[in-house]
Amino acid sequence: MEQIEKHDYLQAHQKQPISQLVRSRKETEQEKMVKAETDEQHNEHQYEQNELEAEPGERGRKKPQTLACFSCQIPLKTCAEDSTIPVAKTGLPVWMLGLAADRLRADTNRLLAFLFHQGILDEQFLQLQQLEDETSPNFVSEVVNIYFHESEKLLRNLRSLLMDREFSDYNKMGIHLNQFMGSSSSIGAKRIRNVCVAFRAASEQNNRAGCLRALELLEHEYCFLKNKLHELFQIQQQRALAAGVRYPMQN
Amino acid sequence: MAAQGIQGGRKSNKMTALVADDNMVNRAIHHRLLDNLGIESEAVGNGKEAVDIHCSGKNFDLILMDMDMPIMNGIEATRKLREMGIRSMIAGVSTRSVEHEIREFIEAGLDDYQEKPLTMSKLISIIHKIKG
Repeated sequence: MEQIEKHDYLQAHQKQPISQLVRSRKETEQEKMVKAETDEQHNEHQYEQNELEAEPGERGRKKPQTLACFSCQIPLKTCAEDSTIPVAKTGLPVWMLGLAADRLRADTNRLLAFLFHQGILDEQFLQLQQLEDETSPNFVSEVVNIYFHESEKLLRNLRSLLMDREFSDYNKMGIHLNQFMGSSSSIGAKRIRNVCVAFRAASEQNNRAGCLRALELLEHEYCFLKNKLHELFQIQQQRALAAGVRYPMQN
Repeated sequence: MAAQGIQGGRKSNKMTALVADDNMVNRAIHHRLLDNLGIESEAVGNGKEAVDIHCSGKNFDLILMDMDMPIMNGIEATRKLREMGIRSMIAGVSTRSVEHEIREFIEAGLDDYQEKPLTMSKLISIIHKIKG
């Protein structure tokens, strides 16, 4: 299986049509294939190790004041909104639409394979996809958007609790974490759920520093997942558009 | 699949279910799962609302009861419903995996318990128990 660089935030922010993103991503994959596996393992622990070694406020990087991606520093709520993979007409002649559809299908499969292989999603996401049908064709994106909306509220609440100097209400934190864990589990967000488990363990030990580290990891993982799922839904929208243009006489 | 459901005194051929969960994502998914099986469902956000909806005269063939909810949790709500004489199938659903917590939930009056996330196969196994 092709190795794709995990934290590929660049494609969420570049103004390129998706076909160019695929080509540029392929070139990147080939160049980095040799060290991809090492990077994958390294990246999994790098962030957490950095947090374990450094104390809050003493890290070299700038401490974000608002909820933001810790890699790209873009505010969380605009991280995916800035994604400029265009949802537009293909502009392709009809005879080429089959090629575009094939490429988009390959993009979808590759992205899903990556997300499953990296342990970001689990089989529960497939369960959600199976609930989609012609009566509810956008069920997954609707549920995931509810998840995004609720999760961002929970992350704000968690950060607000931990930033309070007088903070001591670990019980309240536990309630927010249970919510986050439950909804993450329900959409198949496996890695986020696992971080929530570690976060809850720190909370049950009244370990504020551990909670802070877990929260930052949680925000990081959430931002990454949100970017990837937005990308997935945009590819699926492109496929739907391509299918509609390909068979214009169906109505 | 449809069993006799009664809502407010009017008989319906469709099965009915109540989803008691404070999590919007779970309510959406559980509603969709039930809908795919042809089961009409309503949703409430905590245990007190689950009790109140029964006090208003409504009844359901199945209640999917979350454990952790604000105001009144699933354990208290289940106990209360059983005290009220509600004999509907109550299936507890929760992310909890600690044995004594699950046991307490079951002892409150559950007919079944399933660990979240709820899937179609888990829901079908719950419904088979109703038919049995």
